[in-house]
Order: sequence, then C-alpha cells, then structure tokens
Amino acid sequence: MSLLALSDVTIRYGRLTAVRNVALTLAEGEVLFITGPNGAGKSSLLRAIAGVTPPAGGRIDFADHDITGRAPEDIARLGLSMVPEGRDVFASLTIEENLMVGAGMHVKESNWRARVTNALEEVYETFPILRDRRHAQAGLLSGGQQQMLVIGRALMTNPRLVAIDEPSLGLAPNITDQVYERLIALQGQRKLTLLIVEQSSTRAMMVGGRMILMRGGEVLIDGDARAMGQSEAMQAAYFGYGEH
Amino acid sequence: MSAILQILFDALSLGSLYALGALGIALIFGVMRLVNFAHGDVIAFSIFALLWPSVDVVARVGAGNLPWFLLIPFVLAVGAGLSVLAELTVFRRFRNASPATMMIASFALGFVIRYFLLMLYSSRPKSISLLPALSQPVEILGARIPLLQVITILATVAILFGLTSFLRRTRFGLEMRAAAENFTMARMLGVRANRVIMGAFALSGALAAAIGLILGSQTGTADIQMGANVMLMAFIATVIGGLGSLPGAVIAGFLLGAASVVMQVTLPIDARPFRDAFVYGAVIAILIVRPQGLLSGRGTKERV
Repeated sequence: MSLLALSDVTIRYGRLTAVRNVALTLAEGEVLFITGPNGAGKSSLLRAIAGVTPPAGGRIDFADHDITGRAPEDIARLGLSMVPEGRDVFASLTIEENLMVGAGMHVKESNWRARVTNALEEVYETFPILRDRRHAQAGLLSGGQQQMLVIGRALMTNPRLVAIDEPSLGLAPNITDQVYERLIALQGQRKLTLLIVEQSSTRAMMVGGRMILMRGGEVLIDGDARAMGQSEAMQAAYFGYGEH
Repeated sequence: MSAILQILFDALSLGSLYALGALGIALIFGVMRLVNFAHGDVIAFSIFALLWPSVDVVARVGAGNLPWFLLIPFVLAVGAGLSVLAELTVFRRFRNASPATMMIASFALGFVIRYFLLMLYSSRPKSISLLPALSQPVEILGARIPLLQVITILATVAILFGLTSFLRRTRFGLEMRAAAENFTMARMLGVRANRVIMGAFALSGALAAAIGLILGSQTGTADIQMGANVMLMAFIATVIGGLGSLPGAVIAGFLLGAASVVMQVTLPIDARPFRDAFVYGAVIAILIVRPQGLLSGRGTKERV
C-alpha cells in the first residue's frame, strides 16, 4: 500500500498549465527525488500535494485519505510535513518558537508542554547548533542554519512524509552535504518517507533512491537514481537534444 | 510643573486610545492582510448595546445599569461577538480576495453596522452616564487629573501587558504570531487558519469595545459616529508603525496622541484650529523618510 498516490494530476495557474496528468506513487519509507529543469512543474506539484495550490484535475491520496483540495492544515495533520523553497522561517520568532509552532498539533493543551519538550530535545540532538542559538531570532541565522531549522521544524510535527523543496538552494556545497547527511540519517532512524525536489540530478545520484525527471509539466523518466545517471534520456531531458 | 504633568496625562490617555485602536487593526491585518474599516463602528456598537433601542433623546439604559464588574465583561463580549460574527458572515467569504476587495467589504460592513444603529437609535447623540464615579478628579503632584484618564492609562498598560504575555506565552499566541508572519507556512505546520483568524477578530473586537467604554465614559454620550475619529487615527498609527507590526502600532498610537496634545498647547492660538493639519503633516514627513513604517511588519530578511 502506497503512502502517497497521485493520479492524473493537472495544475493550472490561470491559462498556464504547470503540471499535466501526472501519476505517481510513493511507498512508506521510500526516498524519492523529483528533478528537472526550471519550470518543469516540480514545485507546483509539491504545492498541490501540500494543499497550497489545489489541483485543477486529478486526485491525490495520502495515508488512506483523499486529500485533493483539502486545506494545508488538514493535510499537515495527517502527517505530511512540507518544507517549502526558500526556507520560510518565521524570522521574528526565536528558533525555539519556530520549532514549537508545529509541535504536537494532535496533543491536548494540558499535555502540550511535555510533548514539546521531548520533541525539542530530539531535534536539538540532531542539530546541536539550534540548541546553542535557541533564543536567537530565526531571521539572523545563516542560510545553512535556517535550512536545518526548517527541517527540524518539519520533524516537530512528527510526520510520516517530509516533502522538501530545493534544500540546496543558495547553500554552499559543503553545507548542502551536511544537510543531506542529517536528512538521510534521520530517514533511517525515523523510517521517514522523503520527497525531495532538486533542480540538479547530481545530488540524487550521489544520495541514491528513486528519481523522477520532470520537464514541461510531465514526468519523463522514473527509475533508480544511480542507474539513471548514465542514461541518454536524462541528458536529452535537460538539454533538449533529440535522439541521435 | 503641574501644567506639564497635565499635558503628559492628556498625551498618554489620548495616545492610549489610539494605541488600542491601532492594535485592533494591526491584529487583523497581521493574519489576513485586511484593513478593517468597520472597526470604528464596532466601537460605537459596543456602547449602544448598553441601551435599549429607542429614538428618544434620552437614552433608555439597559445593560448599562449593570455594576462595573459585569458591565465591562459584557461590553467586551459584545465587541468580540460582533467582530467574530463579521468574520463568519462577511470576511470568511473574502479570504482569498485581494486586500483592496477586503477593504471595500469592510467599508460596506461599517455602513451596515452604522445604519443598523441609526435605525434603532436615531442619529441624535444620546447622553449616558457610564461609570460616573470615574469623572472625579484626583490630585497627583499638584495637578488635578480626571480619574478616568489615570484609569485609561493603567487599563491600557494592563491590556498591552496581558496581550504581550498572551502572544508570548501561550500556544495560541504563538500560532497567531507565526500566522501573522507567514500564514501559508503556519498552515503547513498544522495551524488552523479559521481558529487563528477568529481569535484575531475576537481580540480586535474586545479592544474596540474597550475604546468604546473609555470614550463613552469620557464624553458621556453615545453617538453612532463616535468611533470614526479614533478609527482614522488608529489606522494612521498602524501605517506609521509598519502595517502588521503590533509594537509599531502601539508606539505610533502613543506618538500620535502625544503629537496632537503637544501641538494643541504649543501651536500659536491662531494655528490651533488647524492642529490636525499639522499632525497629518508630521505623518507625511515620517512616511517620506520611512515609507515602510517605523517598525517593518515582516521580520528581518535572512542573512546570506
């Protein structure tokens, strides 16, 4: 049984079609990279899954619920945590407050503090830098620290699936390495399902897992990331040359 | 000395009104980018709710006869209730509309409330005596200050303190602050949009009612236009303070109050009738220097 299933999903912005009839399934515990050039519809797809931009057509199922057109908070409550592009930290809140926003949304008011304390402890163990600066304003963190903060914040919701849009955007390569190292370690520890959007497929090939390649709003290829590195179809998708 | 003290109390009590008004507007702006021009009419409505409907000149006092410890919660609940009702019946339908559309809707709602009051109570201001004990003057360091001014200032400080600790210490307050900064992100973390927006409307409505109580006790009249001036000044305060910034709104509210009072005393006699022109002139000057307001509503951008 798949955790996430998209069938025939189409997304439009006015008259522009960003995503066309995409079908996709993701099993529990899987790591899936969605890659492709600018404007391929990767972020749109993620926004539709998170409920931010409802699809114009098709159906999205998550954790045995039809979530097509549901509100973002309802989808989040089912266990889908979204980390949008550009690291949307709440800049005027402290790091700890940022982490607390999504913590224990199913928990009653009386048990909230205890639940938050435990969850915070786990996140601080993974990202010690966040503990050191927990009372600092999130807007003052560097890009890499903010990326760790938003991943930590997503974990606070105790999710089954974490969807991350371009975690490497604007980060130095060595910082990106660190972020991925933690991410993959977390995935193993917590049996998380990961859905990662990256423009470049290089990272997917390094990390491994499944990869789909989008272009012009459609899925071109779906397969093992490492095996796909060599394929010519890949090259064609990015650079647009036809068959030799 | 006592003259200066007098000016200080005048400035602080007028500033308190503007600050409370600005806070009510900024709270709603923060979570839904709506400038609620019906806010002034909620102020008037809260006071008229104390009277039985009648078109007589003399007010037929209803709930206004309650003792103060029941009267105050009653008025606050009326303001909060009306505000939440406005959210449920009007603003919820405009959730995804442009800010301009929402603003026009708020004007329309304001007219509906005003004409509803007009229909039930007529347009004549009614004299009421709310909390009459408060009009006694008290002596502070040789200056005779109306007790109401002292209470207004103390109540405002208490409200600001209470609101700050509510926003800082409670889960709901945390959700409101997160939502004010980035609503979509907050929702993606499971924060319920409807709950947060309703909470903001309830708080804002209660603040409007508090202003109504203060104005009603101060002037001794209930007038369907009574909220208009405070609303205008409060709106200006939220703009100067940086739309969406709560501390900015409060600071700017007090600044405006102080500017009005100080100009009233220091301007040459011939220029005093034009005091408001000078106040607005100062507002324009501030906005030319800092178009984003004193404190920008959005948090500081990420450091790269």
